[in-house]
Amino acid sequence: MFRAPRLILALIKKDVLLEFRQQYSFYGVLLYVASTIFVLYLAMGQPENMIWNGLFWMMQLFICVNAIAKTFLQEGKGRQLYFYSLCSPVHFILARMIFNAALMLLMNLISLSLFILLLGYPLAHPLLFLVISCFGACSISLVFSFLAAIAARAQQNAALMAILGFPLIIPQLMLLMRLSTLAFSDVFQSGLTSIILLLASFDIMIVVLSVILFPFLWKD
Amino acid sequence: MLRKNWWKILSFFLLLYTFTAGFLGKVPAKPILNETIRNLYFHVAMWFGMMIFFVVSVIYSIKYLRHNRPSDDIYAVEFARTGVVFGLLGLITGSVWARYTWGDFWSNDPKQLGAAIALLIYLAYFVLRNSLTDIDKSARISAVYNVFAFAMLFPTIWIIPRLVESLHPGGMGNPALDTKDIDSRMRLVFWFGAIPGWTLLGVWISTLRIRLQLFSLKHELHG
Repeated sequence: MFRAPRLILALIKKDVLLEFRQQYSFYGVLLYVASTIFVLYLAMGQPENMIWNGLFWMMQLFICVNAIAKTFLQEGKGRQLYFYSLCSPVHFILARMIFNAALMLLMNLISLSLFILLLGYPLAHPLLFLVISCFGACSISLVFSFLAAIAARAQQNAALMAILGFPLIIPQLMLLMRLSTLAFSDVFQSGLTSIILLLASFDIMIVVLSVILFPFLWKD
Repeated sequence: MLRKNWWKILSFFLLLYTFTAGFLGKVPAKPILNETIRNLYFHVAMWFGMMIFFVVSVIYSIKYLRHNRPSDDIYAVEFARTGVVFGLLGLITGSVWARYTWGDFWSNDPKQLGAAIALLIYLAYFVLRNSLTDIDKSARISAVYNVFAFAMLFPTIWIIPRLVESLHPGGMGNPALDTKDIDSRMRLVFWFGAIPGWTLLGVWISTLRIRLQLFSLKHELHG
């Protein structure tokens, strides 16, 4: 029982270490973030609040697909077999989810600062927006962690992940956009607690489902 | 023959009843809706069918994951296929209805969006299946996706329309059909004619395809 957190921690440490050893892929994603936001800036200049909000969340989605796809897809068959002999699938997926959530949090902070730098500063409550965007980044990364596992088993590229994931993520993304409009002005949003509860229960459900379903993906 | 196939005959007569009573029976004259209210027997029944088939499909996917029987996978995929067909028909009948009552084929109503998302998810399910060449692996991975997608989709369809405004009747509170709201003359045709009739027809279509697939599986295995 007490071994589980230690094992998960060891697996996370392994992922972090790998990230440090293969820095090119991390910088690749970073460059992807920067250049996409730069293109957005060239195309849109400094857009209105709601467009800013929409663009921000779409960016999060694309960053997430790119950042998380690589964590599963860069592992060859041999390495997967090696992990298989070392640890249980439940620990593996939990560690992967925590690592991906942390990675997305970092990317979220970077893209948010780039957005503010290039696309203008429309936020009335920056701290609130920061909290919501971190919450959203975690939620999106959880869903895509599991989908990346599926896509990796199918030995497919990120395109398959997008096909599988985009329809699934729409509801969550729409709720997050509704929630984040709060940060732009002092409007009162009705049904706020129910949206937050819904998002939180989505997250819990995804984690539970992944723990149940991942062992089936694992064995070959 | 009759003992095994009674439900097919029942489906035929229920649909015959739905069509005759649906087109000729008395309906309340409501403003805007007028005679289009008869679409209830077709449009809403398609959604009921779609939901039922997706639920059946996910049950078979779970069964496949538990017992690893190839036949369960065939059941899951064929019921999902019928569900997609019913969903498409529901979308078409719905948007024609919307054209005459709400004024437009598509008006970004939360339930229209939910339906479109559901169809995209199940089309992705078929893409995933076909991208894998190994039969066993394709069955297992698509079963996992089916369960995951189902669990993500259905809260969306059932909860989110309750949170936002919709053009669909029921509105706040119950977004689906309000069971007490329906006219008593239409209730009989709807609950006892249209819904079981269309659902049984869908089951019939699925079983035909399942038998074909099972046959080809047997053929493949035994030469």
